[in-house]
Amino acid sequence: KVLSAAHKNNINNIKAAWKATGGHAGERGAEALERMFLSFPTTKTYFPHFDMSHGSAQIKTHGKKVADALSNAVNHLDDMPTALSALSDLHAHKLRVDPVNFKLLSHCLLVTLASHHSAEFTPVVHTSLDKFFAAVSTVLTSKYR
Amino acid sequence: MVHFTAEEKAVITSLWGKVNVEETGAEVLGRLLVVYPWTQRFFDNFGNLSSASAIMGNPKVKDHGKKVLTSLGEAIKNMDDLKGTFAHLSELHCDRLHVDPENFKLLGNELVIVLAKYFGKEFTPQVQAAWQKMVAGVAIALAHKYH
Repeated sequence: KVLSAAHKNNINNIKAAWKATGGHAGERGAEALERMFLSFPTTKTYFPHFDMSHGSAQIKTHGKKVADALSNAVNHLDDMPTALSALSDLHAHKLRVDPVNFKLLSHCLLVTLASHHSAEFTPVVHTSLDKFFAAVSTVLTSKYR
Repeated sequence: MVHFTAEEKAVITSLWGKVNVEETGAEVLGRLLVVYPWTQRFFDNFGNLSSASAIMGNPKVKDHGKKVLTSLGEAIKNMDDLKGTFAHLSELHCDRLHVDPENFKLLGNELVIVLAKYFGKEFTPQVQAAWQKMVAGVAIALAHKYH
């Protein structure tokens, strides 16, 4: 098991907070992507067809996709390889995103959450989220070779 | 060499003016030690680092965090010559402290996250991008004298 019980508890706290913002998870996902594209321009190479302007419909849609996948992962913390199996296949065989980029998106997700949920973003919750994103990244790159 | 536009310099300097260096330094270094516990390897003589609250409340952590951010504040006044500004500290971190430069990246990202936490909406994607350049430049400068 990659995530301890303590970390899972903290993630459930953030999951509740995430849910409590009235379904803004998709917006957070889009914001994280926008932050990533601006701060780490090399990540745009995977989206040459995207409109990268602020408010872009494509970034909104993709942000929701990312957020939904993360929500699914949060609901299956004990079973992420199975829950994320299809996404794992997709990243390995079709998308082939270099593993370094998962860290960049994870960082931008943390920045987004810190900025919108500062009160909940304690050092312990921060650690749990960092571990969670790292675990998701590991699962998504697990079938690369 | 990292080049900052006038706008990026203005963004960085303006935000820095609102930062409480003592409080932020403690928060940043504390979180580094909590989120990445292996970084504690450099601070054996800091006393109690046994839990998140022990770390965040540790006076030596707070003190050192302030030192680190004060140094960063000096760098912000010299953004066109980060390598020169950090030359001596780079030698120190290599020859005496033996710190893997990877740690400078970790600390830099912790600073960005803490700034996001403090400044909320004001820490826009554009502001973040300027700061990511800043912390990347500092990390490179601190690693520059390594051999």
